[in-house]
Order: sequence, then C-alpha cells, then structure tokens
Amino acid sequence: MMGFFSKKKHLELPEFWETYANYFKDKLPETISENTFVVLDTETTGFNMTKDRMLCIGALKLRDNTIVVKESFEVYIEQEHYDAESAEIHGILKKSKKERVSELEALQQFLAYAKNHVLVGHHVLFDVGMVNAALKRNGLPQLLNKTLDTGLLYKRTLLISTVLRKKENYSLDELAEKFRISKKDRHTALGDTLITAIAFLAIVEKLKPKNLKDLFKKQNPPKFGL
Amino acid sequence: MKNTISERVADFLKKFPPFNILAEHQLEKLSYEVTIIHKENNSLVFSEKEPPHNYFYVVHKGAVALTKKGSQQMLDICDEGDIFGLRPLLAHENYKLQATAREETILYAIPIQEFKPIALENQQVGDFLIESFASNTRNPYSLKHRGKLYGVPNEAEGNPETKMLDLQPVRYSTNLVTCSKETQIKSLAASMTQRNVGCVLVTQDGLPIGIITNKDLRNKVATGLVSITENAEAIMSSPVITYSKDLTITQAQMALMKSQISHLCLTEDGTTDTPAIGILSKHDVMVALGNNPAVLMRAIKRATDSQRLRTIRHSILNLLQGYLEQNIPMGLVCKIISELNDATIKQVIQICIDQMETPPPVKFTWLAMGSQGRGEQLLTTDQDNAILYEDVPTEQKEETQAYFLQLGKQISTELNLVGFEYCPAEMMASNPLWCHSLEEWKEVTSHWMNNPGPDEILLSSIFFDFNVNYGEKALADELSLHIFENAKKYPQFLTHLASGALQNPSPSGFFRDFLVEQDGEHKDFFDLKLRALMPIIDAARVLILSHSIKSINNTAERYEKLAELEPKNKELYLAASYASKALLKFRTRQGLQHNDSGRYIALDQLNKEEKIKLKRTFKTIKEIQELLQIRFQVKNLLR
Repeated sequence: MMGFFSKKKHLELPEFWETYANYFKDKLPETISENTFVVLDTETTGFNMTKDRMLCIGALKLRDNTIVVKESFEVYIEQEHYDAESAEIHGILKKSKKERVSELEALQQFLAYAKNHVLVGHHVLFDVGMVNAALKRNGLPQLLNKTLDTGLLYKRTLLISTVLRKKENYSLDELAEKFRISKKDRHTALGDTLITAIAFLAIVEKLKPKNLKDLFKKQNPPKFGL
Repeated sequence: MKNTISERVADFLKKFPPFNILAEHQLEKLSYEVTIIHKENNSLVFSEKEPPHNYFYVVHKGAVALTKKGSQQMLDICDEGDIFGLRPLLAHENYKLQATAREETILYAIPIQEFKPIALENQQVGDFLIESFASNTRNPYSLKHRGKLYGVPNEAEGNPETKMLDLQPVRYSTNLVTCSKETQIKSLAASMTQRNVGCVLVTQDGLPIGIITNKDLRNKVATGLVSITENAEAIMSSPVITYSKDLTITQAQMALMKSQISHLCLTEDGTTDTPAIGILSKHDVMVALGNNPAVLMRAIKRATDSQRLRTIRHSILNLLQGYLEQNIPMGLVCKIISELNDATIKQVIQICIDQMETPPPVKFTWLAMGSQGRGEQLLTTDQDNAILYEDVPTEQKEETQAYFLQLGKQISTELNLVGFEYCPAEMMASNPLWCHSLEEWKEVTSHWMNNPGPDEILLSSIFFDFNVNYGEKALADELSLHIFENAKKYPQFLTHLASGALQNPSPSGFFRDFLVEQDGEHKDFFDLKLRALMPIIDAARVLILSHSIKSINNTAERYEKLAELEPKNKELYLAASYASKALLKFRTRQGLQHNDSGRYIALDQLNKEEKIKLKRTFKTIKEIQELLQIRFQVKNLLR
C-alpha cells in the first residue's frame, strides 16, 4: 500500500508543469492570424544533445503579423559545462555581467511563456531537442508544443524542378540575405529569433497556406502527381 | 528597460529624424515600447476617415503609399525611415488619407502615448514636427495648390506628378567645383570637364562672388571675345543669385524662371554672406519632376547607389502608367521602358564592379534572359540573368569563377534592392549553374540541344532569349553562332522546342470559355502568362530560330520579321504580333492596377469589352499553334 503511494508521489510533477500541460487541453485556433507563434532560438555550448548545455533561450511572440518588442523573452542560464570554442561564437562568456538563472528556473519561465503555442524556429528540432534534454535532466517530460521549421518551409517557396539542384539545407544566414534582413545580431538568441520571425512572415506570405493545418503540411516535400 | 530586439529597433531609429535628436535613454525607452508589424503587399495600414490608432508608423523596410480615396493618384510614397500617420494623432482627428503597403513592408508602430511626453520635453523634436507639418513635407493638401501655381493642370496628361514634389525640398548637388577669380579660364574649363559639371563657382574667402557656366564659356570664350589665358573674373556672372538650402522644388523652379539662369547657388542662410553649400541646376529640378524619359535616363546614369535607383524606379512606373493612360503605342512604350530598365541594370552592375576589390580578371557579358531579354519586361518581374566570361587557362578556372560568382551575387542583391525580385528558380548569375566561361556555356547549350528532354527544353527556352545587358557583345555573338550551328546539326531540337511550345494548356475550353486554375493559391483565376503569353512567345522563338535570325528578341518584332520572311503567312504573323502586344498591355494594366506582376486575372473583375479583346487573341494563338504542329511535325513525337 505504502509502496503504491510512494510511486505515485515520484511521478508527481511540479505545479508549473501541470499549468503548462493544462494549456494543451485547449485546441489551437484554425487560422494563421488567430494563432500566436512563439519563435524560438537557443544558444548552446555545442551540438551534442547530451554533453552540451544551453547558454541562453530567446523567444518572441508573433500574432497576426505583429511582434510586440517588450513581450519578447530572453533568459541566460548558469553554466557548469563550458566550452571555450563555442562561447567565442556566441560571445556569451561564462562570467559576463548578464544576470543568469538556474536551468530549472529558465525552463520554468520558458514553459510559462510558450504555453500551448506553436514553436517556430530555424531547424527548430535542434532547439526543441536542447530544451528537451534540459527538461530530462530536471526530471520533467518532453515539450508538448507543435513545431514549424523555417528551413523546411523555405524550401517549399522555391520552384521544383529536377534540373535545378536544390540545396539540402539553407542556413539562417542565407535566409537573412534572401529576405534582406540585417544580420547585425546574429548569434544572440533573441537577435536570431527576430531574423527567423521576419523570414517566417515572408515565407508564409509566399506559401499562402489556407490555415494552420495546411501550414504544417507544407513542411513535407510536395507529392508529385500526373 | 531594453532587450536585444529593442536595441536593434533603436539602432535603426536613431538614423532618422526626429529620433536622431533624442537622448539615448529616451530612445531606449521608446524602442522598448515599439510593435513590429509585417504588412503584405497591397494590405491596408489605415483607411480614410478611420479613427486614429494608438500608434504612428515608421517604415523599416518596404514602401507605403498614401492615397486619397476615389483618386488613383498617389500622394506620397513613404520609404525606409519615413514617418507617417502622426499628424492625425497630434491633431486628434481621423485619418485623412489611406495608407497601403506597396510591397512587402515592415513597420515600427510607435505608441503616441510614449512619444508625446518626449516630444514635449525635447524642444528640438517639437520643432522638427512643427517644421515638417508647416512645410507640408508629408501633407495631403499641397495637391490643391498645384493648380494655382501652374495654372490648371492638364488632366489629359494623365498623372505624371503622382508625388507632390513641388513642395518637397530639392535634392541638390553638393559636388561643388570652385575656383578663385584669378584662375585661368583654360584650367577652370579643364576641371569642369574632369569633374563633369556644367558650372563652376568663383569664391573668395569661402564666399561665392561669381559663377561661370557652360553658356559663359560658349558666349564669351569660344566666340573669341575673351582669351582662354585670361582670368575667371573676366567672364563670371556676378553677383551670384543665392538661395537658402531649404528651397522647395516649386520655389526652385520659380527662381530659375524668374532670373532666366540655369544654375542656382545655395548657401547656408540664402545670402552671399555665408559659404556656398551646393549648386542646383535646371536638370536637378527636371529630375525631381521626373516625368520625362530623357531626364530619368540621365538621373539613372548619375545615380551612385541602389537606394537612389529605387526612387527612380518609382518614377519609371509612374511614367509607364501615364503612357498606358494616354494609349501610346505598345511597341514604343516597350522600347522606352526597356531602355530605362536596361540603363538601371547597367548602372547597378557598374556600381557593383566599382565596389569589388579588383577589376574583373577577364572580359565578361551580363546576359538578361526571359522577358527582360526580350524587351518585354514592363513591370518589375523576376530577375533572370547569367554571366558569360572569356575562357581562361585551366589553373585560373576556379579563381575566375569564384570572382564572377561573387560579383553575380552582389549585383543580384543590389538589383533586388532596386526592385527586381529574385528568381524563385534561382536562374541568376549568382548561381554556379548560370555563371560560366564561353567554353562551358557552349558545352551546356550543346547538351541541352542534343538531349532535348522537357527540362532541357525549358532551360533553352529561357536562355535562348538572352540579350547583352552589359559588357562584351562579341562573347554573346560567338555563343549565338554556336547555338545556330548546333541547331542545324540537330534538326530534331527544333521539333522538341516546338513541342514544348505546344505544351502549355490552351486558353479556352470546349465551350470557348476561359479555363481557370483549378487548384492552389490562384484557384479560379485566369493565368494570363501561362495560357496566353507563353504559347505566343514560345512559338515566336521556335520560328525565328528555325530561320537562324539572331538579334531580334522581342516577340512582336519577331512576328513582324517572320511576316517579311514568309509572305504567304503574313496575315497570321501580323495578327500574332498584334496579339502579343495586346496581351502584354493587358498584363501591364492588370499589374499596375493590382500592384503585382499582373499574371493572374480575376475574370469577374473584367468588363465585357476586355473579355472580348482577350478572346480575340486566343484565336490567333490557336492558329499559330496549328502552324507549329504541322511545320515541325510535332505529332510524331510522343507527347
């Protein structure tokens, strides 16, 4: 009897997680303009999901073609694991003066911010993977949000032909050049989210999806018919 | 309060008045409160009589047109850094104009509530606003005054003055060429030639005391009245007529007329007691009025950056609209607009070459393909272009291609800035597949012609309309020659090309109704390009290639040439020439009306007359297609 209870206690999740999970009881709105998109980018110490850590999470909210600057999200995380090489790219030094919080605190803030909104990112699965790895370290389940990848969506805006070789992957730099977005704050998480958000808006305008469901579908390569 | 995004907003705003005079903490605070808004092409920011929003707007990227309801006249275009929609907020009245995005646009919306205290606190900001309202820089009412200043404007002329330039400050030349009154005439004439200016200012202690123009040199020196060894003082006009730098275009025009001179000297405070800061020529005023191709052409050639070229492009589109309203023959309109487009591209290329660290290693040609190559690009559509350069020894190949790819990329980016959209299929010189040496291009085209699959046919049909835009014409001629020789060797290529030309779906269905798109983004629209323009353009290409005629790219002209070459089909070819012009005009009208490429047409918005006109061209298309079918025995091919 006691054993049964203790097991249940073990599974009990913190309140902030429950609040987050509860948002998913609501269905997402159907149209693109009614939906809030959370554009997300993380800066990490490297590309290894288990070894590397997040240095910073940046995010902003996009709703009906609008970004409210003061509603953006930026949190720096205390580091144990530290890789000099990567820190150089991102310019986030371990001892820089930015105020930082624990990984758990960062996750808690991010979940409260993201709610059940669709997460948008350039190669978003990497960022989601990093967040998930951090969640796991803190004994929490995986993110429940749906995702949209600007890398995949961008490819759909290009013409399809066998002779015109399409690249497998397009970097955020290439997108920024294509859509003439300033690359000034490349490699700060929040700066990258702004580039991603503007690229996302331009892509959505090009693809003209009927609704949210259609937009998800467009991430897949098109099917050919005769 | 700030974050990375608000810092970026502040970085942008501080480049433009009145934000450049704000204190750092004020700007920081204001930027944090900004909302970034993305507007699709043709979407409304606010409409006439709408109660004011809580924000005013700054254009971050793109362009916004301000119009008055019921008139197609554009009162103003707001470009990067321009403010609009502020006056109604301060005056507590409804919007008097309609604001629409003219292209994909990003706006910064700045809350008036946050801005007002700053404006009150900061004397300079208040002054800026009062001044800009008073001088009507962005004011709807100046249109009214036009008639009074110039007499009644001629309505039949269309609306070349779509921007209210007459009350905007003039753009003057700050490239001042000066000399002292002791300077020898010979040497001052030499420096005028070298600096490419039409007048030189004679100064003493930095103050203007006289002016010498081309006319003075002609009338006083070339006639032999004054020797070239004499001093500037002998021929200068003095005293100098000076004006303040805040002159508006209207004032400048009045001044030039009043004193019958060709150049005005602008000084700090408008008197000869302050140093000269610029020269304003009659030409500068003409450019500002901008409704004359010759003037636009000169403006293009003088432009030194893409931003300026972009403004000129707006004028070109205005000119085009005026031409269409006046029903000027399409052949002529095509020529003028193509020339202007061509000059714009040339100028962009020249600017880009100058920006490269080293000059091009070998001679090269910039080829325009597709509609631009055919001289049919009236509206700005996609860029289709390629680079062709001289052959180099094997060891320099990589380096040379790298150079031209970088140049291609730079040009392509700048062209985009000017207003030429990127090609969605990446058929641009920045793509390694479209940047080759002569030898490589010969190989590529031979490959297309020897293996004519559907893709190769598509690529050939885009590429074979190439036209030299910039650089060595001889290179392109050699490539053309190669293509014609190859076409003779592989006659089946033409058959395949003809088959490709017949593949586009026909414009009308069984009941002679329009066939509309069944699916996708343009469902129920009529695809004018695919169903009407492409068949007639493709057919012209095959027929002209079969006669080995190079150097005629324009579709209408191709049909005229064909009429000359084949007298027995004269009537059909002339009809086709007419149809191609009519369709192009149709597309351009639609494009200007909807501010897009004009490709897709909503049939329910056409009137009866327009529908009949369109259908008439379909008959010609059908006949031309039948001719192709018989002549090239397309039926023998598996289609």
